[in-house]
Formats: sequence, structure tokens, C-alpha cells
Amino acid sequence: MKRVYIYKSFGRFWHWAQAFLIIFLILTGFEIHGSYTFFGFENAVHYHTNAAYAYIILIIFTIFWHFATGEWVQYVPTLTNLKKQAEYYLFGIFRNAPHPTRKTLLSKLNPLQRLVYLGLKIILIPLMVFSGLLYLLYRFPQGDKINSIKICCLSTLGYIHTIGAFLLIAFLIAHLYLITTGHTIFSNLNAMITGYEEIDDDKDEDVTIIDKEKAHEN
Amino acid sequence: MKKTIGLILIFLLPLLVGYLMLVKEANAPSKLQQLKESRLQKEKPGADHSHFSQLQVKFKRPQDVTLACISCHNERHTEVMNTVHWRWLRDEYMEGKGIVSLGKRNILNNFCVSISGSEGSCSRCHIGYGYDSKDFDFTKEENIDCLACHDNSGKYEKEVEAAGYPKKDLDLAYISQHIGLPKKENCGSCHFEGGGGNNTKHGDLETALLTSDRDVDVHMAANGGNMECIDCHEAKNHVIKGRLYSSSSTDKNRLYCEDCHTKVPHKDNIINEHTAKVACQTCHIPTYAKVNKTKTFWDWSKATKLKNGEPYHIDDEDGNHTYLSEKGEFKWERNLEPEYVWFNGTATHHLIEDTIKEIPLVLNPLGGNYKDLKAKIYPTKIMRTIKPYDPVQKKLVSFKLWDKEKGNNSLWKDFNWGKAIDSGMKYLNLPWSGQYDFVETQSYWLTNHMVAPKEKTVKCNECHTRSNGRLENIKDLYLPGRDFNPAIDRLGIALIILTFFGVTTHSAIRIYYSNKNKGQN
Repeated sequence: MKRVYIYKSFGRFWHWAQAFLIIFLILTGFEIHGSYTFFGFENAVHYHTNAAYAYIILIIFTIFWHFATGEWVQYVPTLTNLKKQAEYYLFGIFRNAPHPTRKTLLSKLNPLQRLVYLGLKIILIPLMVFSGLLYLLYRFPQGDKINSIKICCLSTLGYIHTIGAFLLIAFLIAHLYLITTGHTIFSNLNAMITGYEEIDDDKDEDVTIIDKEKAHEN
Repeated sequence: MKKTIGLILIFLLPLLVGYLMLVKEANAPSKLQQLKESRLQKEKPGADHSHFSQLQVKFKRPQDVTLACISCHNERHTEVMNTVHWRWLRDEYMEGKGIVSLGKRNILNNFCVSISGSEGSCSRCHIGYGYDSKDFDFTKEENIDCLACHDNSGKYEKEVEAAGYPKKDLDLAYISQHIGLPKKENCGSCHFEGGGGNNTKHGDLETALLTSDRDVDVHMAANGGNMECIDCHEAKNHVIKGRLYSSSSTDKNRLYCEDCHTKVPHKDNIINEHTAKVACQTCHIPTYAKVNKTKTFWDWSKATKLKNGEPYHIDDEDGNHTYLSEKGEFKWERNLEPEYVWFNGTATHHLIEDTIKEIPLVLNPLGGNYKDLKAKIYPTKIMRTIKPYDPVQKKLVSFKLWDKEKGNNSLWKDFNWGKAIDSGMKYLNLPWSGQYDFVETQSYWLTNHMVAPKEKTVKCNECHTRSNGRLENIKDLYLPGRDFNPAIDRLGIALIILTFFGVTTHSAIRIYYSNKNKGQN
């Protein structure tokens, strides 16, 4: 076992800021949806709007970070070990079988994570951002100009935004559970807080092809 | 550590810049303050009329006052005679009906229904002298009543049931020397008292506005704007701005809050965006009839009951009649939440010759819906009245309400529906079957006054709420907080439950095996 610095500071900052913002957006969003009363409708709208702008700024920084540091490679989907990973969660985990994917600095994500996070990044979150922005700004700057949206699509935008919100909650539940499936129950959480994680360093076989190539380049 | 702080700063800086860009500067000079200051500068009074020899005479007839006015203010009478205040009639286009001449002269409302045959009493609110029948000469300028609107002495008063003539013992010379621009009292003498008594008709216009505080009406309150009606309802050539759609039909000469307050008066952009579809009045008039009650329901079918051959009345605790032999049964209410409708500035009107197709019969259907770019949601009083109609012809009827004497078939003196309707229809040369029944009708009275202080406006969650919101009856728009797609919500909740169930099951199995493994070890 080796203690490895696996999550860099911006990565961690981004993760936790995003986590906070998404949970806050869900809380305020479902109040706007009419599911309950907590902050009060007016406050919920203002909090939701401001949190959304903060999140968009965070996204812009994060996109830049992903490309500047090459982190985007982490999200390139791969079929290698995809089946193994699924089988691990369905069967292996109960028998205490080893993780089929080894976590390294160069490959932090297992193939299932890659797929789900990529979906999150290029489908779900953009869907939420754009449906939300259109809803928010359909009449901006003020002056009653964009009539087509106003007439045809506000409900559609609302529905899309709601669907996305439910998917995010489902993701959040699954995510919160799956982080307990590391070495120990808290090792993944610890890693995301401190940046360091204990990683096996005895074998090399499970490193994915991309990582091998990447390792080779370096 | 330094790196982290640096990164956080880098993140926070654009946030701050963005925030400053999005939120308007709080210290900007308040437009409302500027508006208030501009409105406080009252117009100086004009010439002192008490010096004019034309007015220092003993007027025998009120018409002589009018002629004295015209002798200096030449041609003003021609303006007046073109107004609805004088003509009680207006040619307007109506969707599906073309151009129709409509006004108080011939409209059937659902208060006292019609002036036809009862002009001598109704014309107390006509700006003229002697309008006692449909044959009144609307071209005779001496019959214009200048004083009804321009008296500033507070002493001028029209006589009851006297065809618009003033009381007999008035000092017309003194009154004519103390004239000026109309005050609230002038307008209010008719517009507060319409329908037979204070606040009966509109619900948002009543005598309490002469003395009320800001909580009742920010504009007219003495400790508020202390504004006169004509400060907003400006006049050009005696045509006064502002429309009432109980008899108007077209989107012309309307008065808007935006005229003074601009289209984007709020600091909050999200609130400003509401103005695309929501009229100012909708949020800023949370309740009407705040002081005195207004009439909301009238059942004519209960009229004509007598006690010992004599008409009688029943009053509520405020002294409002809840029953009158002459008029039937009423309901009076106070502090009412308006009802809400789409309105685009147009209305049609059910004319006496129109066939009744739907019950309740809406007398002045308002134009507009969500897709109509000109339409906004407006607050309104809805007057509900059960009134007589001809069940054979399926048409409304006019009836003679009032006469000075008994025996002339007026409902109020002779208490006979058949004869009153017969007399009313003959007066208009209209046929009727001889049978009558009663039909439920509704009319819209858009609520424009009694604007509340900003702290008391309608709150977001009074509309943005799942049930019992103020806009519950406006269904053709997507209202966040109220509307959702039930299928999406059901599927979404199912997804959450499934996910939760999935992770719970998975963890249960994990715990089970981990215990088993431990046992084996």
C-alpha cells in the first residue's frame, strides 16, 4: 500500500463547490417546483438564480482546468473492464473480490465512473444549464422581445429542467452510496477531502490501456 | 496552502464581478422619489372668477350659468358635447359585432339594468340638465352642466330624481365664482356612488378615498400622494384618459400605471419580467372594498315582495340593504380578493338584441389569453346578478324601473314585473313574448384603484403555490410552483425510490456477506 496524492487542490475545490451548489440548487429548485416550503418562494427563487450563476462561473473555470491540465482524458469512455466493473458491483464486491480497476494518478476513474461522469458533464449538466438559462433569460434584456419562447416553450423548459433535477437526485443517492465501496467505507471520502489515498502498488496488470499509453508517454 | 487561497481568490473575483453586473446598484437615485417630487408640484389655480361680472348675477336657471361659462370659454362646449360623459354613447368596434353605438344610453348592465324609461332618475349622474327621456336634445349646449365637474366650492349638488337639475336653493353665483379643475369630490359624486350608493358598483372607488390613509390607497391618501383623479386621468379637449370596460370595447385612450412608473419599475429583474404577462394592478391591489362594502350579488327575482301591501327593506349591520322590495336581494362584501382574468384592452358586450347562448351569461366578455401578446392578467370584481329575460326569445329584457308617479308601470312604484318589462320593451320598440324568467349574469369590473403600499403587495407564494393560489382559474400558462407534469413527477419520484431501494439492498447484501466472511475467518 502506498499513500498517493490523487486529487489535486482545484479538483477537490471544484468537486466540493459543485457538490454544495448542486445540493443547494436541488433544495431551492424543488421549493420553486412547489414540492415544499422552506426558504419561502421568493427567497428560493433568488437563491436558486444566484447559485445557478455561481455554478456557471465554476463550470467555466472547470472546463478551462480540464483542458489546461489534461484532466479531460479521465473522462474518455472505455469498454475495457466495463463489464468487469459492472460484475464487480453486482457480485465481486460481496465476495470481497479485488477492484477490477486500479486507481492511479493517471486513471482515477473506473470505466463505469467514466461513462456516468461523462454523461453528467456533456448531457445532464448542460441540459440543466441551458434549460435553466433559457427559462431565466427568455426576456432579457427586458423588453418583451423573444416571443417564441414565451409562447411555446416555457412549460417544456420547465419539464426538461424537472426531469434533469430528478436524475441528479438519483445520481446523488447512488454516488453517495458508491463512495463507500472503496478500500474502506471512508477511504474515497477521505481522498476527496485530503487528496491522498492508499493505493495498491504491487501489480500492474489492471491498469487500463489508455493509462499504460499515458504512462509510457510520460 | 497559498496555492489554495490563490485559487479561491481567482474563483471569487469573477463571482464578485458577475454579482455586481447582475445586481443593480442599490444607491441609484430612486425613480419613485423623483416621481413623487414631480407630482407634489400642484398646478396653480387659474383666474379668480369672483372678479368676473358675468358671474356676479342672480342666475335664474342653471342653464344661465352654462351660457355665462360659454360666453368666455367659447367652443369648449363643443368639446364637451363630443365626450361620453355627455353623450352616454360611443361608436366602437366590437369583435364579431362590427361597429356598435354603445353606452349608458342603451347598455344593459347587471346593476339597475337599464336607464331606458327611467332617465329622469338616472340622469342625476349626467353632466346635463333635463335628460328625462330618450328624446333629450343632445345638441343644446345650454344644457351642459359645467358645475358638476368644475365646482370647487363643495356646495353644488344635483337633486334626486330631477333629470340632472341641481337642488333648488343653491347660490349658483357663488358656486360659479368658485370653480376650478375637478377634484375627487366632483368625480366621486357619480363614480363613487354608481349603482345606487357608495361603493356599490366598482368596489375600488368610494367616498372613503377622500379621507383614507396609505393602506387604502397610496395615490389618493392624504398622508400619501394626496392625488386628484385628474392627476392620472388627464384630459385633452375634455376627453378624459382611462377606460371602464363595462361599456368600452376597444384598446384606446387607456390609462396605464406604466405612464408614470415606467415599464421596469422594480429593482428585481425577475419581478420586472412579470410585467410581460401580469398587470401592475394584479400584485399591487391585493384587496379591494377595503373600507366600505361593495355589492357582489344581486337577485332581482326576489324583488316585488310586499309586507301589508307596502315595500320594505332588510339591512345588514353596516346599514347596507340586503333586501329591498324594489330591487330584490343583495350580498355585500368587504376586503375582497379580486378574481383574475386575461385582458388585452378589448371587450364585447351582450346587446339587448343578442340571443343568450350560455349561462351564466357574461355581459362584457374581456378579450385576451396567454398567447395574446397584448394581454395581461388583471384583477377584477365580478358582479353576479340574477336578472329578468325573455325565456321564449332567449333574450334579455329592459324594464321600466322608475317613475315619479304610481300607475305608470314602473317596477319601483307598482311592483309588477310583467307590466314593468312590457313598458320597458315598448319604450324601446322591441318585441317580447310576454313571458319572463330570471337568468344568472356576470360582469367584469376591472380593479384599478386602492393600490396598496409596496410592503402590502401580493406575495410570490400567493400565486406560486400548488393549490388555492390567486391565479387558480388562469390555466393557460405555466406557473412555476403551481404547475408540473404529473407523469414526470411520478416517474421522478419512482426513480428516486428505486435508486434508494437499490443502494439499500446492495448495502444490506454487503453487510450480510461481510459478517459471514468474518464468521468464516
